[in-house]
Amino acid sequence: MNILIFGASSDISKELARQYAQQNDNVTLLGTGVQRLEPLKLDIEIRNKVKVDLFEFDILKYNNSNEKIKKLINQSDISIMLIGYLGNQNEADENDDELARIVNLNYFKVIEVLNLIQRTYVSKQTGIIAGVSSVAGDRGKQSNFAYGSAKAGLSVYLDGLRNRLYPKGVHVVTIKPGFMATKMTKDLNLPKILTASPQKAAKTIIKAIAKRKNKVFVNWMWKYIMIIIRAIPEPVFKKMKM
Amino acid sequence: MNILSMKTQKIANWGNYPNVESNIHSSEYIDEVIQTVKNSDQITPRGNGRSYGDASLGENILSCLELNKILAFDPNNGILQCQSGVLLSDILEFILPHGYFLPVTPGTKFITVGGAIASDVHGKNHHVDGCFSEHTLNFNLIDSEGNIVSCSAQNNKSLFYETVGGMGRTGVIVDATIKLKPIETSFIKYEYQKVKNLDDMMLSFENCLDWTYSVAWLDVLKGGKDMGRGILMKGEHAKLSELKSTNRKRPLLPHSNKAINMPFFLPSFVLNDYTVKLFNFLYYNKQLAQLKNGIVHYDTFFYPLDSILNWNKCYGKNGFTQYQFVLPKKNSLDGLKAFLNKLRSSKNFSSFLVVLKLFGKTNPSAHWSFPMEGYTLALDIKIKEGIQELIKEFDDIVYKFGGRVYLSKDAFSSRKMFNLPDNLAGKFTSVQINRLKK
Ligand SMILES: Cc1cc2nc3c(=O)[nH]c(=O)nc-3n(C[C@H](O)[C@H](O)[C@H](O)COP(=O)(O)OP(=O)(O)OC[C@H]3O[C@@H](n4cnc5c(N)ncnc54)[C@H](O)[C@@H]3O)c2cc1C
Ligand SMILES: NC(=O)c1ccc[n+]([C@@H]2O[C@H](COP(=O)([O-])OP(=O)(O)OC[C@H]3O[C@@H](n4cnc5c(N)ncnc54)[C@H](OP(=O)(O)O)[C@@H]3O)[C@@H](O)[C@H]2O)c1
Repeated sequence: MNILIFGASSDISKELARQYAQQNDNVTLLGTGVQRLEPLKLDIEIRNKVKVDLFEFDILKYNNSNEKIKKLINQSDISIMLIGYLGNQNEADENDDELARIVNLNYFKVIEVLNLIQRTYVSKQTGIIAGVSSVAGDRGKQSNFAYGSAKAGLSVYLDGLRNRLYPKGVHVVTIKPGFMATKMTKDLNLPKILTASPQKAAKTIIKAIAKRKNKVFVNWMWKYIMIIIRAIPEPVFKKMKM
Repeated sequence: MNILSMKTQKIANWGNYPNVESNIHSSEYIDEVIQTVKNSDQITPRGNGRSYGDASLGENILSCLELNKILAFDPNNGILQCQSGVLLSDILEFILPHGYFLPVTPGTKFITVGGAIASDVHGKNHHVDGCFSEHTLNFNLIDSEGNIVSCSAQNNKSLFYETVGGMGRTGVIVDATIKLKPIETSFIKYEYQKVKNLDDMMLSFENCLDWTYSVAWLDVLKGGKDMGRGILMKGEHAKLSELKSTNRKRPLLPHSNKAINMPFFLPSFVLNDYTVKLFNFLYYNKQLAQLKNGIVHYDTFFYPLDSILNWNKCYGKNGFTQYQFVLPKKNSLDGLKAFLNKLRSSKNFSSFLVVLKLFGKTNPSAHWSFPMEGYTLALDIKIKEGIQELIKEFDDIVYKFGGRVYLSKDAFSSRKMFNLPDNLAGKFTSVQINRLKK
């Protein structure tokens, strides 16, 4: 199979590429500055006898007239969207450019690309789309609500898309990672038992896609944590420091 | 650009001495590694910390462990190109099924290619195959200005030979191309020979030069006419036709990754004289009763201790050091006798493992490499009060007989014991280099 991975440098993407290659699937990694990933590409190819392609792709500059992207999507069986940007909420409060960057990289530009993917897969009448959203989108909190609201939008978009494409033979998977130990979170002090390794995250994503799951948490505990967090009454929640 | 990941941590090498507070920089991207080199006044390249003493420690460390990618492999000619942070264990797993083995391997497979080049490591086959650098076709090095320089024995020859055995003084090795050894099987045909004293041992070494691998274990507690008694172990890559039918089904089986972990430091009294005596006694007798010759997997033959991860912790919290020296061949017998006598008289410092090997010809081009033609002896010593004085006494004997000490094991010896250039100043430094500069 041909797998497209949007967001090349994410530690999850690299691990997805490795694990898909181990099952003999060809992988294309799309992202910015992908020439730095040349050693990774060679390593995976040599160890697994598959093809790994790197494709320079800045989603902020994307528009749907890009023929190369169209062709790649058309040749693919699975597209996994990992592009995202945590950003800095304090900065976003003061600076609209940061706010726009957060919304674009987690929602707006992301769904524009998903729209092209869905059109292409619908016309092929086959394909699986996986989107990596976040539990941050399940309830807004003061530390990252710009990011959270964009991920909320993405989650709802993926729900609707799944519903819409169900009769057309195209499946949509929503991944909610919880905490993952990646570059994005390297400076945060995350509780170990709630934090998934990139290996575990990739394994969960691959399995969810293969089994055509709808919504998947990488770490099951997060499902219950979010039930509790969502159950906190607003008069209490608004006073909490999270 | 991403900011290179950096953390501050107390670290030590394999001997757990010394412990140093370090800023550890690490990245998988060459451009970030170059940037770090450019931004640093002083930096210490580091592999997997399997040197014993204070090499690869420093205030600012550049860990190469994320440079762990295989870049090219030519299965027809057995040529592998990989980044410097790739572990030999990883290489073995990859090349074995293709019918290749490492051209030279130390007694642990958990070292990096960068560390293998920087120490110019030797193995049990030194008398046949020389050091690691003799199989290194090429490497790329980041120099102090941040340029990548390609070096081989032909191209940038002087930098190549400054770097092999150079302990990281010339720059950061980022990748290397290595010529592998073709083999038929993963198994080693071995022969263990009981030898009654040092004179016989040296004779036996001379008589087994046609074996690819040879090394001896010495019983250091025996003096007098038994001094230097021990077991000489010889090995050869087994041919397919020599394997039993069970092994013939998977003749190119790599090692398994199962290992026992030593989770904590053993209290130091565990390793007192008594246990050492017992250990020596058992080892000496049991081995011979059971093993005379046979066929074992390479993992058992080359890396018996790798199956106990962190076995270094058995020396307790204070750590240990390894003293390894080499003596010119013509002085070896007298020098070894003097050394073993000294060792026996220093009652407080019995040693677990004493290993002896006859090195082959000195490589005149690799002027900073440790080996020279003659006998090398290595022993582990637990660190306690008086160690500095003891090492000084050892040094005096080794020096008197024209020998030298291995930087990769060292934490205590003085500068005159090493093969070092006059000027040790530079951007690429280490606790060891700073100690020896004084
Ligand atoms: C159980 C055991 C058995 C051993 N047996 C042997 C043996 O039989 N023969 C032998 O020769 N050695 C032996 N050694 C020593 C070991 O092979 C060397 O110390 C080796 O250099 C360790 O490699 P490393 O990757 O751990 O490097 P480190 O210990 O991290 O570094 C060692 C040196 O290499 C430099 N270095 C590391 N990476 C780079 C790089 N990318 N660029 C530039 N410089 C670099 C460091 O600055 C340092 O000076 C043994 C060690 C152990 C623990
Ligand atoms: N880490 C967590 O705890 C966590 C939790 C919940 C959800 N997530 C989500 O998981 C996904 C992966 O994140 P991560 O943790 O691995 O963080 P990361 O390393 O910051 O990954 C972000 C990804 O977005 C891509 N990207 C950023 N800007 C881009 C642009 N302009 N054009 C194209 N691609 C761009 C990056 O690819 P390039 O650098 O190659 O451009 C990278 O692959 C994200 O969607 C994130 O929101 C993470």
